[in-house]
Amino acid sequence: MTDETPKKKKAQIPRQKMPEQDPKVRAKNFDEVPFGYTPELALLEASRCLQCKKPSCIEGCPVSIDIPGFISLILKEDFLGAARKIKEMNSLPAVCGRVCPQEDQCEKMCVLDKKGEPVAIGRLERFAADFERRQGEFIMPPMERSTGKKVAVVGSGPAGLTLAGDLIKKGHQVTIFEALHKAGGVLVYGIPEFRLPKAIVQAEVDYLQKLGVEIRTNMVIGKIYTVDELLSNGYDAVFLGTGAGLPTFMNIPGENLNGVYSANEYLTRSNLMKAYLFPKYDTPIARGKKVAVLGGGNVAMDAARTALRLGAEDVYIVYRRSKKELPARIEEVHHAEDEGIKFHFLTLPVEILGNEDGWVCGMRCQRMELGEPDESGRRRPIPIPGSEFDLEVDMVIVAIGTGANPLIPSTTPDLKTNKWGYIIAHPETGATSKKGVYAGGDIVTGSATVILAMGAGRKAAQAIHKYLIS
Amino acid sequence: MFPIVETKLLATAVKQFKIYAPEIAKKRRPGQFVVLRINEEGERIPLTIADADPEAGTITIIFQEVGKSTEHLGKLKTGEAIADLIGPLGVPTHIEKFGTVVCIGGGIGIAPVYPIAKAMREAGNTVISIIGARTKNLLILEEEMAKVSHALKVSTDDGSYGYHGFVSDVLQNMLDEGMHMDLVVAIGPVPMMRVVCNVTRNHKIKTVVSLNPIMVDATGMCGACRVTVGGRTRFVCVDGPEFDGHEVNFAELVKRQRAYLDQEKLALEIYHRQGGTCSGR
Repeated sequence: MTDETPKKKKAQIPRQKMPEQDPKVRAKNFDEVPFGYTPELALLEASRCLQCKKPSCIEGCPVSIDIPGFISLILKEDFLGAARKIKEMNSLPAVCGRVCPQEDQCEKMCVLDKKGEPVAIGRLERFAADFERRQGEFIMPPMERSTGKKVAVVGSGPAGLTLAGDLIKKGHQVTIFEALHKAGGVLVYGIPEFRLPKAIVQAEVDYLQKLGVEIRTNMVIGKIYTVDELLSNGYDAVFLGTGAGLPTFMNIPGENLNGVYSANEYLTRSNLMKAYLFPKYDTPIARGKKVAVLGGGNVAMDAARTALRLGAEDVYIVYRRSKKELPARIEEVHHAEDEGIKFHFLTLPVEILGNEDGWVCGMRCQRMELGEPDESGRRRPIPIPGSEFDLEVDMVIVAIGTGANPLIPSTTPDLKTNKWGYIIAHPETGATSKKGVYAGGDIVTGSATVILAMGAGRKAAQAIHKYLIS
Repeated sequence: MFPIVETKLLATAVKQFKIYAPEIAKKRRPGQFVVLRINEEGERIPLTIADADPEAGTITIIFQEVGKSTEHLGKLKTGEAIADLIGPLGVPTHIEKFGTVVCIGGGIGIAPVYPIAKAMREAGNTVISIIGARTKNLLILEEEMAKVSHALKVSTDDGSYGYHGFVSDVLQNMLDEGMHMDLVVAIGPVPMMRVVCNVTRNHKIKTVVSLNPIMVDATGMCGACRVTVGGRTRFVCVDGPEFDGHEVNFAELVKRQRAYLDQEKLALEIYHRQGGTCSGR
């Protein structure tokens, strides 16, 4: 199959399925669930692309990757060229190919989506990125001459990593300050190994270091240095990519019982501290047998699927709206369902029950029904009186969302934030109320996606570059 | 990597390390702590910064060997390095001229009390200190505490040294004798802080305690260290570690500190079986 294949024949090729671990097997290991396309599958899938003259897929991509461009390179079997084409616009293709909600972005805009079978753009991106990474060949990209300017990047998540990569190539000196002991932000502490292997994140971080980016871990800006101290200590500009790292609790009775975790804590123990390998790794994690996960987003799915892999017999997603309103990626909901996770929809926890030792032994819930839509546009859940029931659980993970960590705003007096604590930044440049200070990603928008954070990093990099050379 | 520049045995299973960490040494204020991770498989543990020397670029930590991590830490020698050290964390102690400040340290809690007593003295307070331990050879920093206090009383539970009883008994005696106190600072095992708070509550004396829950990131993003203070949930790592002792739910804190007893026991057993090495190294 090539570009010359007539449209009619292309249309008959179905969207190629992703080879995956069997659900019963993968529910007991932390290995990646999808295996990735083989070159044969990739070529077949790539041949489905109609190479539209006016590609609407690019419009759906937050960083405007030349999608038909990289797909046609795959067809020519120039897999390395395809990876490089993607990297022109997206510095973390191995990550995005795995975690982007393509079904809401590029694939949704694909003309073939009308027939329910868009080109599997995400899987092809992953294929090209993985091929390049396995080749192991490092090619120094073109770098501009040194400008003598220094940029401090606070946070090594997707926004900070993207911005650092862009600015180092423009000749600026870049130092990333990361509060944790490993770089990657949510890529390393939030997303589980079975969705995003940490070796991939490390490869991206290593690549940046090869380009000359200095990465300082164990540096909590706001504590070791304030933003003002960075600016007076030789940094010409500062980018804040600190994320939405404040856990939200339900504020119901019993939430401080042993066995109640914020999703942040649970996932940080498992993903960053590798507690799933205890006792080889020292950090412990509770291994509940009957686990309730509160929430319906990707984080809730990640927490639930982790609990299952840690030996839970029953894992329940407890969500106050119905299946239709679940914010998680459909793909991740399917993965969870196939693995045997159960869903309690239209259910709201009202109290967590504990035993005399201070451990969770149950959760009192109330049934809900859906009323008129609220400000989010989703139908508002209304409690049904007298519908309380108790769910027998020994562990509860609260995955209802995260807020803005106040550390940077509270130590940077002239940095304006909104009423929720998020930093106010210009949507096109990331410029904040403080001269020389830019921000992007979840600390500006609230918790969103990796790709949106990367897009914000890219825009801020362009703005910072303009600011530094003017 | 953070090199150890000096190690010292202070008491049975209690060690003092000086670690080269110039940026932390410069920024640190009394009351703050660090989190350290010994190696790749290690867990993150919080330890108070007992002292710092900004010119030498070192911080001092004091720890008791109670489990796998602290035992493994205790085996490190001068010249060896700790993989990760993060700080200074927590809100520094609120220091001002209160008048008469009674500083009470119980067991390993004397280590975090020391920098606070020192700072209170430097701020012009009259510092009366009470330090106690289970027995004489577990008592630490007596000389150092004597230097920074206007008066120092020592107690041991078994009477092997100083007053025979608890630090809270010594405090009660002082109050019975009519001593005036503007502030009490009490740091030690939870039962000790709890009893001291009960004593001072009756006399309506403001009491500050420093809490030691389990922590993971220690920068406010996980909630592992959450504790109920005055009916509200606070994060010890960013709102503390010091709180008004009369508002702290100590009963809840004790239960939360015991959340991983089984795993801790297992880790220590394996460590001992492996001859005190990490994963056979």
